[in-house]
Amino acid sequence: MNRVVITGAGTINALGHSVPETVEAMREGRCGIGELEFRDVERLAIRIGGQVRGFEAEGRFNRQQMTLYDRFTQFTLTAAKEAITQSGLEFHGDLAARSGVVLGTAGGGVSTWDDNYRSVYEDGKNRVHPFVVPKLMNNAAASHVSMEHNLKGPSFTVSTACASSNHAMAQAFAMVRSGMAPAMVTGGSESMLCFGGVKAWEGLRVMSKDACRPFSLGRSGMVQGEGAGVFVFENYEHARARGAEILCEVIGFAMSSDASDIVMPSKQGAARAMANALQDARVNPDEVGYINAHGTGTAANDKTECAAVADVFGPHADNLMISSTKSMHGHLIGGTGAVELLACIMALRDGVIAPTIGYEEPDPECALDVVPNIARDARVHVAVSNAFAFGGLNAVLVLRKV
Amino acid sequence: MNIQNRVIDIIAAQAVLEPSDVKLDSTLEDLGIDSLGLVESIFAIEEEFDITIPFNANEPSDSDFDISTVAAMIKGIEKLIADVS
Repeated sequence: MNRVVITGAGTINALGHSVPETVEAMREGRCGIGELEFRDVERLAIRIGGQVRGFEAEGRFNRQQMTLYDRFTQFTLTAAKEAITQSGLEFHGDLAARSGVVLGTAGGGVSTWDDNYRSVYEDGKNRVHPFVVPKLMNNAAASHVSMEHNLKGPSFTVSTACASSNHAMAQAFAMVRSGMAPAMVTGGSESMLCFGGVKAWEGLRVMSKDACRPFSLGRSGMVQGEGAGVFVFENYEHARARGAEILCEVIGFAMSSDASDIVMPSKQGAARAMANALQDARVNPDEVGYINAHGTGTAANDKTECAAVADVFGPHADNLMISSTKSMHGHLIGGTGAVELLACIMALRDGVIAPTIGYEEPDPECALDVVPNIARDARVHVAVSNAFAFGGLNAVLVLRKV
Repeated sequence: MNIQNRVIDIIAAQAVLEPSDVKLDSTLEDLGIDSLGLVESIFAIEEEFDITIPFNANEPSDSDFDISTVAAMIKGIEKLIADVS
């Protein structure tokens, strides 16, 4: 068994176009959620989201690349470049042959589907661009990262709705820990903020029209976001031998399935994932100082998650901090666990706990320290990141300060 | 068919019951309709009458639409239809 560390991080999301910008926004408790802007938005009942602004594909990618890169791939490549640059790794020879890419996404090229359905159904066209399929496929982002950075080892895409990134990072972690790969590029991406993407979510009636207020009494549901988070997971000895800067250590993970309902979460499934992740990491519950919650802001998730935390951590549940940064960047669905891992890294490295913003009043069913509205300084040695997906598929990661 | 019977037909179909088994004072719980079943029923009612029902599954009791009994739902639907026309 090898120790696994994170040596590079990259992101783009509603809070910023890089890790420093995003972390600064989390520290300041800034909200990236606003009025959505895209074609036909006036036909939606839900018109807010955590949209990435000021991101132009033109200039960043050439014409040939733009015909192949859906927005979710563009986000992924942007975040991957930041992460790999920070890690200082260059993939050649044996390192390239054995290192790969595992990424999460729930929808893949949603706006490519949307644009082309509109073209053939609404506009009545009978011809689409030849690259529609390679542009929209869920593995497009992972493939383009592998091509761009010469990663020739195990590479694939994981799709488990809102837990996609955590499941992906769990796979990457397991591969480096086992010795299968010296380094893995991992995380996730999502870009569903287009007419069809938001319309589909609207149907479920769980979206908020005003704000995402996790754990707060009077919360009115989830708000979608978009973007990507990408990390370099590396064998600790490999990283140390080359003198790399280590952001934190990944020490364990677990996955579970509720096996109960396609949308309603289960306390038992969430609790099993957290408890087993702590066991895998060989830490006691009372060593955990911070949990980055799944915290969607729906009635169902937040009270179930708090009850599961109370079950797993017992009396220590009242001592630890748990916050949901979805209140700031929205729910990035398949990319959410990756962006939220940045809050865990910030807690471990900088000793700053990202707040749950938009918090108005305590909910007796969510009676934990949710770090309301204002970031807090605290020394944290172990952090946990939760993701609980529709379909009852859960994935939890455990990180440690180095 | 009047509004009341059309609503009862939709609710009965969702509950997998005969329309005669759906009473005006029945609650959704009595009929075995859970939160997902309710969201589906509301969708079907909106499609049937071409109306928009103000309903958020996160806070059903805080919504402007009363779902406490079948009669309350019918009353709310009649009002929404009257508002449209």
